[in-house]
Amino acid sequence: MVPVTYYLVLSAILFAIGAVGVLIRRNVIVIFMSIELMLNAVNLLFVAFARQWHAMDGQVIVFFVMTVAAAEAAVGLAIIISMFRGRETTNVDELNLLRW
Amino acid sequence: MHDTVTANHLWLIPALPLLGVVINATLGQRLGRGLVAIVAPGVVGIAFAVSLFTFASLLSLPSGTALTDTAFPWIHAGALQLDVGFRVDPLSAVMILVVTGVGFLIHVYSIGYMSHEPDVARYFTYLNLFTFAMLVLVLADSLPLLFVGWEGVGLCSYLLIGFWYDKEENANAGKKAFIVNRVGDAGFLLGTFLLFWNLGAGTHTFAFTELQAHVKDIPLGVVTAAALLLFVGATGKSAQLPLYVWLPDAMAGPTPVSALIHAATMVTAGVYMIARLNFLYVLTPTALTVVAWIGALTALFAATIGLAQNDIKKVLAYSTISQLGYMFLGVGVGAFSAGVFHLMTHAFFKALLFLGAGSVIHGMSGEQDMQKMGGLRKRMPITFGTFFIANLAIAGIPGFAGFFSKDEILLRAFTSENGSPALWVLGAIGAGLTAFYMYRLLFLTFYGECRADAEVAHHIHESPGAMTGPLVILAVLSIVGGWIGLPSHWLWGNRFEQFLAPVFGHQDAEHVSAALEYGLMATSVGIAVVGIAVAYFCYIVQPGMPMLIAWRAKGLYDLLFNKYYVDELYDAIVVQPIRRLSDKLWRSVDAGVIDGAVNGAAEAVSMAGGVWRRWQTGNVQHYALSFFVGAVVLIGYLAWR
Repeated sequence: MVPVTYYLVLSAILFAIGAVGVLIRRNVIVIFMSIELMLNAVNLLFVAFARQWHAMDGQVIVFFVMTVAAAEAAVGLAIIISMFRGRETTNVDELNLLRW
Repeated sequence: MHDTVTANHLWLIPALPLLGVVINATLGQRLGRGLVAIVAPGVVGIAFAVSLFTFASLLSLPSGTALTDTAFPWIHAGALQLDVGFRVDPLSAVMILVVTGVGFLIHVYSIGYMSHEPDVARYFTYLNLFTFAMLVLVLADSLPLLFVGWEGVGLCSYLLIGFWYDKEENANAGKKAFIVNRVGDAGFLLGTFLLFWNLGAGTHTFAFTELQAHVKDIPLGVVTAAALLLFVGATGKSAQLPLYVWLPDAMAGPTPVSALIHAATMVTAGVYMIARLNFLYVLTPTALTVVAWIGALTALFAATIGLAQNDIKKVLAYSTISQLGYMFLGVGVGAFSAGVFHLMTHAFFKALLFLGAGSVIHGMSGEQDMQKMGGLRKRMPITFGTFFIANLAIAGIPGFAGFFSKDEILLRAFTSENGSPALWVLGAIGAGLTAFYMYRLLFLTFYGECRADAEVAHHIHESPGAMTGPLVILAVLSIVGGWIGLPSHWLWGNRFEQFLAPVFGHQDAEHVSAALEYGLMATSVGIAVVGIAVAYFCYIVQPGMPMLIAWRAKGLYDLLFNKYYVDELYDAIVVQPIRRLSDKLWRSVDAGVIDGAVNGAAEAVSMAGGVWRRWQTGNVQHYALSFFVGAVVLIGYLAWR
């Protein structure tokens, strides 16, 4: 059996990639995908620990997270599309209407 | 001595004018001139009727009984159990009759006098408010409630002096009255506190009856100090030396206001207060002596200024100050009932003089300078006739009201324990001067040729019935008003003193020989007649005389004409130093320290905001970065702590 540490390291790497992506990328779609990556890094962690401790709670939570992520993707993409229609851009630096 | 009967209607007397205030203040503009002119005098008239009823029920009770009415609890805190309570004893009864009776006549007169005034609702609101406050003052059964009325009348005085506030001069006169009175009121309050501190342990209602019962336990020095401090308040309110300066300026108000507030009622509040606290003052001959001397000196001092004034109302103003001096002379020598008697007769004839002057001013299209009057005798017969009677009364001609009261005061000033011949001499000379300046006023105004412009002269007319009616009633009172206080062995004697005896205690009348009494009486009447004769000579027989005298004695004349330069003196030693100090304090402390601190605090916050603002970039990714850094730091802390 693969030790749980491996999963932890893989999850941390995926999460870090997602976090850095959110922080440094300017394309809103890429940011969006990075968020999904962070979510899935956490999912991986849940599943790994669920198997480690033979508890189903973690797997159930993963289903919840996937449901929420699906809903979020639908809403988020809708927002992005409507923003693109209005502004002809997906660059977050130009989407600064709410800035003080 | 202190039997009391509860009379639950007493609160009505002040409440009625207050009702008038509410109606006139809220609905006055909509009611229109006619209804306001009914409501305002109406409520005072009803209050007068209630006062008469109260007076009658007081007479029906055994002598020494007082009517009381506790309206509601006021301040119940610690040792103080203060109620708003009204009390009618003979002294209050006299006062409420004068305030509501003369007040009613002046309200009626005002209808005529203010007939060209657009803002009549405001005028009557203030006038009713004044009546309310004055009634609270005289009905109060405790010193704090008296002070409420005391301040209330001061406020109304200020409002009415500055009634025509669009002229800066009038507004300044109002402010002067208010500020000078503050000086006196500070003394009044200190006196009140002093008494309260020395009442001793236990709870106190601060009612006059309680004060009277406890006053003997207070050390004499404290009593003297309190009496003198309260008298400082009286010098402010009643325009005595050295705080009299506001009253001549107060003539800027409408003339009926001068009659009601600055002659008949409010300015006598100081006399009333001392009469009310007679049990306190009789304990301290020092304070009484001060009161008597201040009164006598004011009587003479103001009379001399009155000699050289040309404004008809200014002459009457100085005359009022002088007559108030006689009242203080009376109470100061322990003749409390004589002082209050003069207060009452003075209310009649001085109100009449002011209203007569108002009638003249009304007829002369607003002219107040006597040098531009003259010859009004035939044009304004009713005004002239009533004015003539008032002149006889104030000059102290036997048979008229002023004679009996002034004579009583002068007699007691000579014979009483606290009195002295010197006081009598001051008073007698003042009486002669009074006769002179009043007849000077009469001759200049009503006799000789008319000196007005043709335009004004053409319009001279007798005043309407609403104005002459009160004049006639007051003229009758100026004659018969004195007959209730005849010298003790004439006909029915001094009924007035007997009526007031329960309040002032039965004073042992000094046994004065008839020769002395008649001698003094004849002397003071003689002096008054000489004053009249001199005035007749100077202004009728030899109209050039006054000019000649003024020219020969130029220094003296200028001194009197400029009122001894007292206003200039006060300006130099009090007003200007305070202004300069205030100016310095304003520039340094106010603008520097206080504004500096307030503005500095705002600047500091603003600068801090300017720095911290840079964190709020509006870029979500920056926020997210902060969030991640924070999360990492937090987790690191939790993991390795």
